Amino acid sequence: MSFPWARHYEPKNPLTQWIDSRLPLPRFVYNAVGAGYPVPRNLNYFWNFGVLAGVCLVVQIVTGIVLAMHFHSSAAGAFESINGTIMRDVNAGWFLRFAHANGASMFLLVVYIHIFRGLYYGSYKAPREMVWLIGVVIFLLLMATAFMGYVLPWGQMSFWGAQVITGFFSAIPVVGEWIRVWLLGGYAPDDAALNRFFSLHYLLPFVIAGAVILHIWALHIPGSSNPTGVEVKGEQDTVPFHPYYTAKDGFGVGVFLILFSTLIFFFPDYLGHPDNYVPANPLSTPAHIVPEWYFWPFYAILRAFTADVIIPAKLWGVIAMFGSILLLFFLPWLDKSPVRSANYRPMYRIAFWVLVLDVLVLGYCGGSTATPTIVIVSQITAAYYFAHFLIIVPIISRLERPKPLPNSITEAVLGDAGGSRMTETALSA
Amino acid sequence: MATLEDGVSPTQTVVPPGDVIENPRRRDYLQIAAVAFAGVGGAVTVLPLINSMNPSADVLALSSTELDVSAIEPGQAIKASFRKQPLFVRNLTPAEIAAADAVPVSSLRDPQTLAERTKEGHGNWLITLGVCTHLGCVPLGAGEGENRGPFGGYFCPCHGSAYDTAGRIRQGPAPTNLAVPDYEFTSPTVVVVG
Repeated sequence: MSFPWARHYEPKNPLTQWIDSRLPLPRFVYNAVGAGYPVPRNLNYFWNFGVLAGVCLVVQIVTGIVLAMHFHSSAAGAFESINGTIMRDVNAGWFLRFAHANGASMFLLVVYIHIFRGLYYGSYKAPREMVWLIGVVIFLLLMATAFMGYVLPWGQMSFWGAQVITGFFSAIPVVGEWIRVWLLGGYAPDDAALNRFFSLHYLLPFVIAGAVILHIWALHIPGSSNPTGVEVKGEQDTVPFHPYYTAKDGFGVGVFLILFSTLIFFFPDYLGHPDNYVPANPLSTPAHIVPEWYFWPFYAILRAFTADVIIPAKLWGVIAMFGSILLLFFLPWLDKSPVRSANYRPMYRIAFWVLVLDVLVLGYCGGSTATPTIVIVSQITAAYYFAHFLIIVPIISRLERPKPLPNSITEAVLGDAGGSRMTETALSA
Repeated sequence: MATLEDGVSPTQTVVPPGDVIENPRRRDYLQIAAVAFAGVGGAVTVLPLINSMNPSADVLALSSTELDVSAIEPGQAIKASFRKQPLFVRNLTPAEIAAADAVPVSSLRDPQTLAERTKEGHGNWLITLGVCTHLGCVPLGAGEGENRGPFGGYFCPCHGSAYDTAGRIRQGPAPTNLAVPDYEFTSPTVVVVG
């Protein structure tokens, strides 16, 4: 669907006309990310992060395919093929490897900002619930892919990460241990586990790509949201995606690449763990097992449970950790406020920033050694995380008195004293 | 199918026209039966796919390990490998056995006596997996000079689970005692695990 004033694809030369009448793929692209997709004129830079996530996916797939050409997926050869062959012998192998490893961090960073953008501006609300639901599915797939990729270098953190994460499943009563052995194809991580993780690590990015197409499809039914949360009322509220947002996204990609290259060329190991340069040793656990930084908040939630209440603490931890993400599936129905944007929701805006702080503290706890203080702080912040979604947001949506909304996007933009650069761009359209 | 040779003219039908209308469920039944049969058949093909992910024969072939324990002095322990997992074999001192027996079983998270966790006649041999039952780290305490934790058994550095001299969980997040694998002594100094 699109707005009635969307521009129409009109192939001019005989070749494009011939193609259009047989396989209208260029028309599809034109309507999806070209001039045929009208977008609210007031999007800010937080709306760049969807496209940036797409760029990350492409970077990961391209570097990953080339790396797979040099990788040996065996417990005996994996470590050497990455730290020996790829890092030292393969032409530009070090670059591809660091781009892929840091690309994962950049991907998760971009996706977290994208998710918090959605939380702040109420992008999950009707009529965009399906966009949000598919987004949560993509997030879960992304976490699974990142975890399995981290196992492949078969260093100490790879091995013990695999041991700990598959250990979650042994918390399931009765069948847990059987499921763990089935997932690993053995009693401890070994060749069987490494090979299936490699197989799935290669497959899942393409599943993600498919889910991304559904995500964008679902988005394009109602069209993009915007910082006011007010729906598009007419042609004056929108500009065509191309050239306006292709240009703006292009600028964003440039900024993104500066940060990305800084990581690759100057701090390639900053986000990694030194223990992963030690080959996997099934008989010796590193003193301090930590996952990659992007899993820290969830790791903190896992470790926050220390007492058996009806079911063992370990099972509580696992349920809470998965629950903290599954909870997001219910958010569109937990937040009943008809106002989307937190700019017009004074109470929700405070709750949002407290949640951001809460997740950052959880992340800090997850990355630290589990001292008694850290455990108590994790318990408080984990409890707050659940309270935010299950108690605070539903109550706020009943009590809060939102600020008056602008009558339209155009009014919001032009009513701004002096106008913004965004306004001028849109006016010159 | 009727043919002309049967003496039926092309305009006649073998099935009386009314039959189809009076008995429409007959076709529905065939359709449901056929689709259900094909569906079950299709679903069954998933079984070998799932089963192929179970431990393969070469992995299972490692499932029995023979150990000579004659060199382990009382108070010492060794780390062996069983099914690619660490295995702790410990020769308990009389003092350690007494310490384990002195604990009231009802006070334990996973109630078991030391005698239940060892073989009769070999009560000084504590043989357990060296896999913490919390999240699978290798506890310390089997190697020379390693921290044995507050209960003198094993101590897991990952999340602080402490096991006593019977390998029972006493403190920390682990839900159960260190697992005791199936094993038997084939001679006073040789044990076959698995």
